[in-house]
Amino acid sequence: MIRIPCPFCGERDHSEFHYGGDGSITYPALDAPTEDWLNAVYQRKNIRGVQIETWHHVNGCRMWLLVERDTITHEIHLVRAAHDGVDGVLKGRT
Amino acid sequence: MTRFSAWSVFWNGLTNQMGWKPQWRTPELKADYDVVIVGGGLHGLATAYYLAKNHGISKIAVLEKGWLGGGNAGRNTTIVRSNYVMPGNREFYERSLKLWENLSFDLNYNVMFSQRGHVTLLHSPEAIDAAARRYNTMRLTGSDAEIWSLEELKRNIPHLNYAADARFPIFGAAVQRRAGTARHDAVVWGYARAADKRGVEIIQNCEVLGVTRENGHITRLETSRGNVGVKKVGFAVAGNTSLLWEMAGLGTLPIESHILQAFVTEPVKPLLDQVLVFGVGGANFYMSQSDKGGLVFGGDIDWYKSYAQRGNLPIVQDVAECALSIMPCLGRVRLLRHWGGVVDMSMDGSHFICKTPLDNLYLNAGWNYGGFKASPGSGWYFSDLIANDRPHSDIVNHDLKRFERGHTIDERGAGPDPKLHG
Amino acid sequence: MSARRLSHGGRIDRAKTISFDWEGRKLTGYPGDTLASALMAGGQRVIGRSFKYHRPRGIMSAGVEESGAIVTLGDGAWRDPNVKATTQELYDGLVARGQHAWPNLHFDMGGVANFFSRFLPAGFYYKTFMGMPPFEWGSGTGWWMRYEKLIRRAAGMGTASRAPDPDAYEHAHAFCDLLVVGSGPAGLSAALVAAQSGLEVILVEQDFEFGGDLLNQANPESETKRIELLSAIHTAGVRTMSRTTAFGLYENSVAGLVERVTDHLANPADYLPRQRFWTVRSKQTVLATGALERLIAFGNNDRPGIMSANAGRTYLNRYGVLPGENIIVVTNNDSPYQPALELAKAGATVHLIDARTTTPELEKGCGVSVKSESIPIKAHGSKGIRGLESTASEGIQSCDLLLVSGGWSPVVHLLSHRGIKLVWDAQIACFLPGDTDAPIHVAGSAAGIWGSKDCGASGQVAAAKALGQLGHDIKLPTGKISRGSGWDLPIKPLYEIKVPGRKLQSFVDLQHDVTSEDVRLAHREGFQSVEHLKRFTTLGMATDQGKMGNIIGMALMAEALGKNIHDMGTTTFRPPYTPVSLGALGGRHVDSNFRPIRRTPLHDWNLSNGAIMTLAGLWDRPWYFPREGETIEDAYIREATVARKSVGLCDITSLGKIAVQGPDTAEFLNRIYTNPFAKLSIGKARYGIMLRDDGMVMDDGTCWRLTETDYFMTTTTAHAATVMVWLEELLQVRWPDLKVHVTSVSDQWAGCTVAGPNSRAVLEACVTDPTLISNETCPFMGVIETTLTGAIPSRIARISFSGELAFEVYVPSDYGPSMMDLLFNASKPLDGCLYGLEALGTLRIEKGHVTGAELDGRVTIEDAGLGKMASKQKSYIGDVLRKRPVMLDKNRARLVGIFPKDRTQRFNAGTILCKPGAISGFGEGWITGATYSPALGHWIGIGFISGGFESWVGQTVVVADPVRDQNINVEIVLPQMFDPAGKRSHD
Repeated sequence: MIRIPCPFCGERDHSEFHYGGDGSITYPALDAPTEDWLNAVYQRKNIRGVQIETWHHVNGCRMWLLVERDTITHEIHLVRAAHDGVDGVLKGRT
Repeated sequence: MTRFSAWSVFWNGLTNQMGWKPQWRTPELKADYDVVIVGGGLHGLATAYYLAKNHGISKIAVLEKGWLGGGNAGRNTTIVRSNYVMPGNREFYERSLKLWENLSFDLNYNVMFSQRGHVTLLHSPEAIDAAARRYNTMRLTGSDAEIWSLEELKRNIPHLNYAADARFPIFGAAVQRRAGTARHDAVVWGYARAADKRGVEIIQNCEVLGVTRENGHITRLETSRGNVGVKKVGFAVAGNTSLLWEMAGLGTLPIESHILQAFVTEPVKPLLDQVLVFGVGGANFYMSQSDKGGLVFGGDIDWYKSYAQRGNLPIVQDVAECALSIMPCLGRVRLLRHWGGVVDMSMDGSHFICKTPLDNLYLNAGWNYGGFKASPGSGWYFSDLIANDRPHSDIVNHDLKRFERGHTIDERGAGPDPKLHG
Repeated sequence: MSARRLSHGGRIDRAKTISFDWEGRKLTGYPGDTLASALMAGGQRVIGRSFKYHRPRGIMSAGVEESGAIVTLGDGAWRDPNVKATTQELYDGLVARGQHAWPNLHFDMGGVANFFSRFLPAGFYYKTFMGMPPFEWGSGTGWWMRYEKLIRRAAGMGTASRAPDPDAYEHAHAFCDLLVVGSGPAGLSAALVAAQSGLEVILVEQDFEFGGDLLNQANPESETKRIELLSAIHTAGVRTMSRTTAFGLYENSVAGLVERVTDHLANPADYLPRQRFWTVRSKQTVLATGALERLIAFGNNDRPGIMSANAGRTYLNRYGVLPGENIIVVTNNDSPYQPALELAKAGATVHLIDARTTTPELEKGCGVSVKSESIPIKAHGSKGIRGLESTASEGIQSCDLLLVSGGWSPVVHLLSHRGIKLVWDAQIACFLPGDTDAPIHVAGSAAGIWGSKDCGASGQVAAAKALGQLGHDIKLPTGKISRGSGWDLPIKPLYEIKVPGRKLQSFVDLQHDVTSEDVRLAHREGFQSVEHLKRFTTLGMATDQGKMGNIIGMALMAEALGKNIHDMGTTTFRPPYTPVSLGALGGRHVDSNFRPIRRTPLHDWNLSNGAIMTLAGLWDRPWYFPREGETIEDAYIREATVARKSVGLCDITSLGKIAVQGPDTAEFLNRIYTNPFAKLSIGKARYGIMLRDDGMVMDDGTCWRLTETDYFMTTTTAHAATVMVWLEELLQVRWPDLKVHVTSVSDQWAGCTVAGPNSRAVLEACVTDPTLISNETCPFMGVIETTLTGAIPSRIARISFSGELAFEVYVPSDYGPSMMDLLFNASKPLDGCLYGLEALGTLRIEKGHVTGAELDGRVTIEDAGLGKMASKQKSYIGDVLRKRPVMLDKNRARLVGIFPKDRTQRFNAGTILCKPGAISGFGEGWITGATYSPALGHWIGIGFISGGFESWVGQTVVVADPVRDQNINVEIVLPQMFDPAGKRSHD
């Protein structure tokens, strides 16, 4: 069981979360060139090591999180709210 | 090389088994080869075998970083079937199944392919209709396929949960009789031995550490056993494809590595004669009984991306719940082992056997859940691609450019999310 | 016979006799016995049969490593195969019998395999059974499958019950600072130090008593020590759990435990689960899991009456059973000397054979003779040992018990689960835990420390390390504890006995009948890596997972390769450490709790109004409402007819409902739907299509604008959760700048469709202000918020899935049944009816409306016939990638309607549309839905065909259904088969 320290709820089992995917992807504008969309939707870095990914606390606060996790050891290095504004509020950056 | 037969087994019984030789040689890595296959799993070995057998290529090496069959070849649930419906997949898996049917003879190695039937339980009239589309297509494209009524199912598999008030009552089943299971390790060894016999050099403990390119062409591979010159290179390294791809300087792939677990129970006397599939209410579960007597289970992937060859608890529980849901008599049967394999999950759930941006590099990857059953077909089509430098007409759309064209081969309709293509 | 119960000693309670049934015979034992100790005391020697050669096997150990005494417990639905007699507590009325033998344990026909064993070495099956001439030459699998049937029958072990397991299981959860696994001196000491330093500690022990090796000692001081420690840890607040196995260690120090709650009880209370599966989340873990004694491979080393030396001691000291009167002990290390002395003191004759040159000094008159530099060669006797041939004496030295100690293997399985590498220690001949940064600390003999006192000290060190990692300022105890401490003289590695010129059948893996020769055969055939050895010979793959035999197998392979064991590596141990019942893993998540069923707030109302229910995904929904004597077909045809003629009511609560709120909602909706939403006016609803990023249709539904910033979205039942997660992702991850909030309100609103020409009349009778329902105030796609009679708040939109004048009415869930009463009562005078999913399907197929059967994730908006809803004026999710060439191909399969040529014929969904004369291959399309259409008076279908309707005008198409039915001819029509202009819904 991976334990994910949710910034809103505290440390929780990963089974409470829904795994999103690669968190390093920047989705292009809705009218961006096809190539950009192809890259964002289909191409993956598939890192063996520490990667940024998204998780959704679907059976909890329902917040989307950005998580830095090692894909070999499953060690988690960092968790923050995916929403920048919310993350700012959490960290007192308002 | 000793030919295997009842006679050779008998004779060696009389002579203290002293007549057996290594099933494959242990050659040193040579300076160059016509074809180097990276990956000594099932797909790599099968490819080398068919390159030698069907295409008459003689200087072939298979490089394996660990021991033969140490990846997903030895970590799967040993199911062989061809119940795919999408054009391309249909022909591919049907050819693979036909190769399976003759594989023991072809390799002179009993791979224990047991065509015991593959039974997918159906839990509503709508599910029967949805399965019928798939199974009708199978029949029309030259495969075998049946829909069993509830009565027929009860006759064949007596101790399923047939209670009318079951959480998911059973209405019938979709069946492929020619499907079944095989002994996974034996297939690895059979291909290795047969390829070796045809001159293929299998080099274990030989890890590729670097790829040297010149003008869109690979000239050399650096390995833990020295450098090797190449005319053509094939990658068949499920689970680690992205790493090798990047090593070749080719950027990203439409692939993510995930963990697929397998489970086996303590052996019990024969309890289930078929491969059973249970997929309703989000469940994704399959089981069969090995010849040794252990019940072999498979379930969902672990959801999160992973390169660790071990599985996690939630899926263990989920698989037990599924098993008990369809066979409530299993409560006292004990789980003996569970383990995980790293699979390439592709963006549409289908594989790649294709040319690449480099003119002498060929790719075999993205097997999702389907790698084991695909092995003979994969070797057959991949060797055909490497030898002739063009894809066979059946697999023209199993290339990396299919997403650009919008030609996704999505058996589940799950869309561009690798974890959903279970 | 030899073994007998002593009149005193041991931890059994002789005051109370327990009777049990073994192979149909009544035997007795005492509380504190295991099944194995009671069988041994009862003079039973052959307890099991081996897997492959069906050789007789007896009790070989006193614990989880047992590979001989494996039995079946219980009868009928309670039948429990493959139980280790050495770990099963005895209880009154226990029923056990041998397994894997026919007709019985003592005379097993399977034993003939042993005579042919020379022809059945490891992997023989790979080399034969490839067809039998002249029946099968060069193709097919038929003959192999005939052999396979025989092989399967011969294999397996116990027989599982065919009846559902009647017992209940449960899941439990726990948290702690430190989990200590094992309650020997190391575990107890670790728990004590940690708890006294303020940690929350859980101590688990697989045995039914705490104490580990302290339970097996003869000296009273050990017991005093054990009681002291136990009492101290309880005082310090340690939570202790016995009969509980930590079977697996997972990420983040999460352990899987199984607690056997009633397996030892004769009459367990009804409310108790049989077993409890624990998920323990700890911060630190101490593994004090002990070590297991190894055997040595010599001739017939599997005979009943051969067991580990420590087992001999355990049966004596713990169970008060003298396991033999005339005992030979063979060893290569110090550990069996104490057991030998204790057995001699208990009255046995004991001869010790030590492979080493220098042996420990024994006192004169201790009753144990020692022969150094001697090794065993071959055991004699078949169903029980009679004597041993060894280098210690000429001929066969008679004995009735042979104790063996080939060294010890620390139990490091749980570390291995975490991927921590093991390191071979040549000095003490075992694998030890390698270094790790993980919060796992190994103590006691699991770390290669053999002496009891040193084990205790190492437990304290482990606890101190755990405390240190948790930030406690604690000094590590001083004093050096070295590996192998507890032995005065070094071990002399000894794995196999070979005598030149003699063929000895010596076993490496006793349960799977892997012999030394098999290991050498594997070497000869090139299976030389540890994993190949394991897979080729099946070494270590039996129910004991190679606890006894793996090391010997590796040693033999290393020898054959001319390598050291540490160059061989080791296989990875997989969880679980000992097998875990599926029942425990499933817990309560079975039967109706497996994927719990979802019911609408109208469920009971539907049932009381005669609904027959069906499953739709996880939902239980009304299928049809039969009147007396009606079949499902009669019922749905009537219901659909009434809905078109008068009015029908249908529970649609399972649709997903999402409150979308905030100043940027219009912009948000405009981005996620393909059709324009920016200018939806207040009080209007719109049908909308959502695409995935890849341009395929994700879902369809409606969105109602209630106020400037408040919208009410409906989704399909199947995609309700997916869409909700998707919207949250878009708002939180992709478009954090949008000021929009989404809330799932699916459970808050109950919904009913009122469909049919009389639907307005029904609603008028139910709303407080009937004028609101007029065509002017509530036109097609109009939305009103009002109250129903009785001040029931409601939202009503004029939306039609059926193609009739229709309204969707939503009320807060608790008002659902009241709403249904109102609507149903109002529809009765108009001869209205309730309708279910089947009629719903009929109505929508008649109209060519798509559902999940069509929108299967591979369909573009054009494929679904909804191309007009793809706006050209704006950009939206999926817009770019939906325009890829293959997706815009005009020849893609497009939505169509299907009529049978002969209108009296019917056909199925799931069928393939083919050109006449070309009924093979992938065909031209497929049918997703079929129904009898009361409105049209014949069967109709909906499906997809290449190029769509235009390509097939006037042509005959064949519906092929080879798996179910005959082929019939059909024609292709437009999907809108009834009222194509949509006059009825628009009034």
